[in-house]
Amino acid sequence: MRTVGYLLIGIFFGIVMYKSEAASWFRIYEMFQFQSFHMYGIMGSAILLGALGIQVIKKNNLKSFFGEPIKFTPKEKGITRYIVGGLIFGLGWALAGACPGPIYTLIGAGYVPIIVVFIGALLGTFIYGELRKKLPH
Amino acid sequence: MEWIYEPWPWYVSGPLIALIMFLLIFIGKQFGMSSNLRTMCTLCGADKAADYFEFNWVEHRWNLIVVVGAVIGGFIGAHVLTNDPAVAINPETITILNELGFASAGKAYLPDELYSLEALTEIKSLSILLIGGLLLGFGARYAGGCTSGHAISGLSNLQLPSLIAVIGFFIGGLFMIHILFPLIF
Repeated sequence: MRTVGYLLIGIFFGIVMYKSEAASWFRIYEMFQFQSFHMYGIMGSAILLGALGIQVIKKNNLKSFFGEPIKFTPKEKGITRYIVGGLIFGLGWALAGACPGPIYTLIGAGYVPIIVVFIGALLGTFIYGELRKKLPH
Repeated sequence: MEWIYEPWPWYVSGPLIALIMFLLIFIGKQFGMSSNLRTMCTLCGADKAADYFEFNWVEHRWNLIVVVGAVIGGFIGAHVLTNDPAVAINPETITILNELGFASAGKAYLPDELYSLEALTEIKSLSILLIGGLLLGFGARYAGGCTSGHAISGLSNLQLPSLIAVIGFFIGGLFMIHILFPLIF
């Protein structure tokens, strides 16, 4: 039952990524050129509504669909990993013009070369796993 | 219902992304689209190489199902719900991109110069895609999240680390497009 739920949420996500054009390389480039409000509007409105909703969940101790308490795990404290990791991610985001979610959307849309980005992302994840203990966090 | 075939404006898309995050929260999970890469590495046997990949992947299987959904959703979005995939970006952006050599700007969803089948036969575009992917995967795991995990989930939960990560995303992206792009293209 939950499996169907995850699948439907994923399908919905894929459709929204494609139709919002957040999966378009051109939109990412335009965003970093500050020549359109589009991407800022998407992220800004999602964050604004997200923040309001999370406050409502916390204030009212809302339960999940299955009656379980909803827990929010705070992110680990730190600066180095977030700024350096974020910077590296940002370079890739602008170069490939896609972030991880849209990679899957674009595979489904039928752009074969995005598979190269996907393989690169898997390799990058693997390299991080190998080097993790040597990196400052 | 004609609007559904047009690009969806930000004030429709943004709230829908928030809705997706809340659906996952109410199903008992969290919104993040890059941790699945770690799970896939484990499934490929990476747990034998580094203990970072030693974890109970079955608990993260839900994430892979979301990925399968995202692929199906991408197919539906592109082939069922769209007539014209051209992205109407700012004409000034089109001019800049044309000068950089991207003739497909304003006429396609992705640049032909990187994402057409012909581009796969060129070392330059192939390297760009591979390096872009490497940076994405490495950076997302180093920072502990990507656009969905940090920018949407983390900022919605008012997490300072996520704010730092998102500032990093933008410094990296701006550096790539304003400093490195003129050298690469």
